Amino acid sequence: MIKTVAAVELPVDEILQIRKKRIEPKQGNTGKRISIVTGIHGDELEGQYVCHQVIRRIESEINNLTGIVDVYPAMNPLGIDSVTRGIPGFDLDMNRIFPGNSDGTMTEYIASEIIRDLEGSDLCIDIHASNIYLTEIPQIRINELHQDKLLSLAKYLNVDLVWIHSNATVLESTLAYSLNSRNTPTLVVEMGVGMRITKEYGDQLTEGILQVMKELGMWKGAAGPVRRPMISRAVDEVEFVNAPKAGIFVQTASHGQYLHRGEEIGQIIDPLEGKVRARIRSEAGGVLFTIREYPVVDEGSLIARILKREEPYVPAL
Amino acid sequence: MTKEILYKIDSLYRDQFRVTGYTFGEGEKALCVVGSIRGNEIQQIYTCAHLIRTLKKLEEEGKIVPGKQILVIPSCNPYSMNIEKRFWPTDNTDINRMFPGYDMGETTQRIAAGIFDRVKDYANGIQLASFYMPGEFMPHVRMMQTGFENIELAKEFGLPYVVRRHTRPYDTTTLNYNWQIWETNAFSLYTTGTDHIDREGAQLGLEAILSFMTRRGMLKDGFVNRLESQVVEDVDLVTARAGKAGIFERYVRTGQTVQKGQLLACILSPYDGEALEEIMAPVKGTVFFASDQPLTYSSTAVFKLIP
Ligand SMILES: [Zn+2]
Repeated sequence: MIKTVAAVELPVDEILQIRKKRIEPKQGNTGKRISIVTGIHGDELEGQYVCHQVIRRIESEINNLTGIVDVYPAMNPLGIDSVTRGIPGFDLDMNRIFPGNSDGTMTEYIASEIIRDLEGSDLCIDIHASNIYLTEIPQIRINELHQDKLLSLAKYLNVDLVWIHSNATVLESTLAYSLNSRNTPTLVVEMGVGMRITKEYGDQLTEGILQVMKELGMWKGAAGPVRRPMISRAVDEVEFVNAPKAGIFVQTASHGQYLHRGEEIGQIIDPLEGKVRARIRSEAGGVLFTIREYPVVDEGSLIARILKREEPYVPAL
Repeated sequence: MTKEILYKIDSLYRDQFRVTGYTFGEGEKALCVVGSIRGNEIQQIYTCAHLIRTLKKLEEEGKIVPGKQILVIPSCNPYSMNIEKRFWPTDNTDINRMFPGYDMGETTQRIAAGIFDRVKDYANGIQLASFYMPGEFMPHVRMMQTGFENIELAKEFGLPYVVRRHTRPYDTTTLNYNWQIWETNAFSLYTTGTDHIDREGAQLGLEAILSFMTRRGMLKDGFVNRLESQVVEDVDLVTARAGKAGIFERYVRTGQTVQKGQLLACILSPYDGEALEEIMAPVKGTVFFASDQPLTYSSTAVFKLIP
């Protein structure tokens, strides 16, 4: 069943609608509810495939469903349609306007309706796809303030990494922060890259979503085995590598690979002079979990993030 | 006057990115003025250019009080201005959401850190700001409520209004907020317009800065605005909204006094011109902000009134 979560009129003959698909169990409803959300950033598309797969898998074994599944594939439909990260016409990052305000502007109103609809879910999963500049291995980001509640659920989602990060005031206006502070557990998934679909990652997360539904007691059907993620708790466990010079970045290491200290990640080249401007090396041994995707870099552009570890990561199933 | 490059980074194909500062006088760091931070802040760089020209003349005439140093930065972002983009060209980030910056971080964090390092020790800081809502404002000075703000000082600009802004989460990464945290008296000066030139507005901004400088003992027998500023809390401004989306037809201007129930604007159907909504003044007051967007979304604040 398709439901409209929020609807507003645009100036010229168009209605903007945020819609969701609700799948209800045929029998044995436990009253549990999971919400799958994506498309807050209009240029992040990895979640599109996941929404489709989750719906297909559940509907093909509908008799095994014992709770409610709500799927919201497009929180920012205008952004998705116009290849725009933020909300077009407002020049606004939609993930900086929560919890919204029902008496506020059009965008604040939409945000508040979204929160109202999602609040009370037993779990909400907000799927992001990094941005157009960086590629990420499937990972969950958890604000340290909410780690006690979220870590136990995150382990079932079949991601490779759970990154517990420190709180920052600006993050208090995200969807996840707003929901978690209203006692609706919300996990933020980051995976892949903006403007693309990485099918392999989408399939991986789909299994995780089915597995976590099993743990919540709302799914009795098939769910693939899930991998045990690496967990990063401390701030100094993640090494950030920024470009020392402007240029064109060419990757030499592979994404997700284990790097020894001093190993090359890539080069910043100068196509005008035919020279290598800088060789980018890892300062520490660890797993290359974020890698630059968009080749043009300025001084300071993020090139890589490395989770410092003694040994390579082998996803144990 | 000395002209100096305050921060620079090299690019692959473009000319070097440079933030340039103009220093007047010598001694105690009395005042720093920052013009545009975003690429569309044309009125802000224009006003700053007038300020630099004026201070140059005043310095030659010996009007700058000895022992007072003034730094003016016309633009923190010439790269974006030159290509008519609001934010940083490669990654679309806003330098004014990166303060106090981080010199080992991403590009705009580095730029913010480089700029902040040069501006943070001044006793007073003025940013020529632009507002995210497109429209006309009554000229005013704004201070952020951080607990350190001294609202009395803001009256020395002699502009009609001083607005105290209640801090929101996203304010904490702006220049103004961080200036105050670092014990600079930080003011955002709003005249009129952003992406176009308004000569009167620039003159007003210039006079406000000169008035502040004179009253703060930086200029000898300088210009003083005698106007008594009214302090307004931003939460006390009364908003009139367009409930419907459509063509926004406006009948009043900023600065105008309106009666409760007075017709301020109409929202018209863009297809047949029928009035979809009449927007009335919710209170008696002065129009402080008026939107200038020809099309409006629903539930959009189109006027702000001072009751
Ligand atoms: Zn995102």
